[in-house]
Amino acid sequence: MVEATPPKIELRGICKSFPLGHGQVRSVLDDVAFSAQPGEFVAVIGPSGCGKSTMFNIMAGLETASSGEVLVDGDVVTGQHEHFAYMPQKDLLFPWRSILENTSLGLEVAGETKKIARARAASLFAAFGLSGFEDAHPFELSGGMRQRAALLRTVVQGRDVLLLDEPFGALDSLTRTEMQSWLQGVWSQNAWTAVLITHDIREAIYLADRVVVLSARPASVRLNLTIDLPRPRALSMTTSAEFAGYERTLLTTLHEETRSSKAP
Amino acid sequence: MKNSITVKPAPAPRIRLLPALAPPAALLAALVITWQVAVTAGGVQPAILPSPQRIFQQGWEARTAIWENTLPTLHETFLGFAVSLTVAWTLAILIDFSPGLRRALVPLLVASQAIPLIAIAPLMVIWFGFGMLPKVIVIALVTFFPVAVGLIDGFNRTDRDAINLLRSMGANRWKQFVYVRLPSALPSFFTALRIGIAYAVTGAIFAEYVGAERGLGIYMAMMKNSFRTDLVLAAVAVTAFVSVCLFLLTYVAERAIIPWHSKERRSRHG
Ligand SMILES: Nc1ncnc2c1ncn2[C@@H]1O[C@H](COP(=O)(O)OP(=O)(O)O)[C@@H](O)[C@H]1O
Ligand SMILES: [Mg+2]
Repeated sequence: MVEATPPKIELRGICKSFPLGHGQVRSVLDDVAFSAQPGEFVAVIGPSGCGKSTMFNIMAGLETASSGEVLVDGDVVTGQHEHFAYMPQKDLLFPWRSILENTSLGLEVAGETKKIARARAASLFAAFGLSGFEDAHPFELSGGMRQRAALLRTVVQGRDVLLLDEPFGALDSLTRTEMQSWLQGVWSQNAWTAVLITHDIREAIYLADRVVVLSARPASVRLNLTIDLPRPRALSMTTSAEFAGYERTLLTTLHEETRSSKAP
Repeated sequence: MKNSITVKPAPAPRIRLLPALAPPAALLAALVITWQVAVTAGGVQPAILPSPQRIFQQGWEARTAIWENTLPTLHETFLGFAVSLTVAWTLAILIDFSPGLRRALVPLLVASQAIPLIAIAPLMVIWFGFGMLPKVIVIALVTFFPVAVGLIDGFNRTDRDAINLLRSMGANRWKQFVYVRLPSALPSFFTALRIGIAYAVTGAIFAEYVGAERGLGIYMAMMKNSFRTDLVLAAVAVTAFVSVCLFLLTYVAERAIIPWHSKERRSRHG
C-alpha cells in the first residue's frame, strides 16, 4: 500500500496549561490540531491572549506541551528545535552586531564558520532589499528594514518550517502593506513552508494558502479556511468579491470568539 | 524593491566633552573665588582655613613630596581595582551559571556591605603590616560590591525573548552567555565600573590614613598633625583630580569597547 506523503508539519492534540500556584492551573491550549503541506503558507489568527505565541513556543521546542505531539515529515519531533526557524514578535536585532552579523547569527550558533555563515546571509541581502546595509547597525535601519533583516536571519537558517509571530504587528500601516506585498513576492519564488501568526485578517487572506482561526482561551481550532486565490497575488485582489467573502467569514468567526471570551 | 527610507551614515561619535565640562567648571570657579574672597576679607587663620591661593602656592612648593606620595596611591588603586575586577567578573559569571551559587552567595555579598570598613581598616594594618597588601584588600573590598552587583544584574536583565531566540537557534547555555548575556551586560558593567572607580581612590586614601609608609593618605595624616591645613587640602585637591581623571577614563574605555551603546542610545532619544 502506498501512503500519501505526510504533511510537512502537523500538530496533534496539543494541550498546554500553566501552573498558577496554589494548585490552580491556567489552561491555554486545548487540543490544537492542524497541518501544513510542503510549501504551504498557513496563517493563524485568534483573539489576543488566546495562546498563539505559546503554540509557537511549543513547536520551536522552547516550551513543553502538557500533551499532544508535533510532527515534521511524519516523524514526531516534539520538543526538538532544529526543524523550526523562529521569528519572534520583536525583531531582536542586537545593537552590538552589524546587520550582516545579526542575520548570520543562527548559522554561527549552529556551528558554521563565521565566513561561511556571513557569505550565506550576504547572498540573500539583495532579495531582502538590504543591499548596502551589511555593515550598518540595527538602530540605523527603518522599521520595515529591521523586520526584513529579522526575516532574513530566520530564513537563512534553512530549517524545515518558518514560524513567524506577528512579524509586521509593530509597523505603521503603509510600511506593513509594503512589507506584505514584498513578502508575497519573495514567497512565490521560494518553496518555504511557513506558519504566520497575525491579528490582521486581510494580511492573513492576502498572504496565506490557508487560515486557521483559533478560539478564545483555552484555544482550539475553530475554523480551517482554504484561501483559493491565484498566485502571485496582486494588491488589487484585496478588493475582489472573493476576498471580501473570505474576510466576512473570518470576521464573523472571530467576532463570535471575541464575544465569548468577554462573556463571564 | 526600492528602499523608501535612505539612511544617513552614522556620524562619527564625537566626544562632547567641552559642553559637558563647562558648567561644572564654571560653578567650581565661582565657589573657589567666593572662598578666596571670604577668607581674605574675613582674616581667617591659614591653619584653620587657608585660601585657595595659599593652598595652590604651598602645594606647588611641596610638589615633589606630593608627587612621591601620589605614585604609591595610584599604584595601590590600580592593583586593588584589578583584583576587584577579576574577583567580581569571576564570581558574577559563576553565579550566572549556577542558580544554587546565586542563592547562597548574593545574600552574603549584600551582607558584606554591612561590615564597617572604618573598624576593619586599622585591623588590616595589624594583620598585614604597613605595606601594599592591606591597601589592596581595602580597595578591593570597597569596589568589589558595586562592580559584582552591576554584572550579576546586567547578565540577569537580558531580554527573555532574546534568550528564547538563541535557544530556538540551538544555542546551549554557554553560547547564550557569549552571544547575548555578556554583551547585554556590558553597559551596566560600565556604569558599575564608574561607581567602583569613584570609591577606589578614596578607599586607597582611607587605607593609608590608618597606617602606611608612603601615599597621599598618610601624607594628609602627617600634614594634619603638623597643622599644615593648606597641604592637607592640596593633597585633597590632587586626590579629587586623580579620581575625576579615572572617572573620565571609564568613558573612553566604554566608547572603545562598546561603541554601539552610545550610538544606539542617541538614536533612540532622537
Ligand atoms: N509562563 C506562563 N505562565 C502563566 N501563564 C502564561 C505563561 N505564558 C503565557 N501565559 C498565558 O497564556 C495566555 C496566552 O499567551 P500567548 O500565547 O502569549 O497569547 P497570544 O500570543 O495569543 O496573544 C495568556 O493569557 C498568558 O497570560
Ligand atoms: Mg503573541
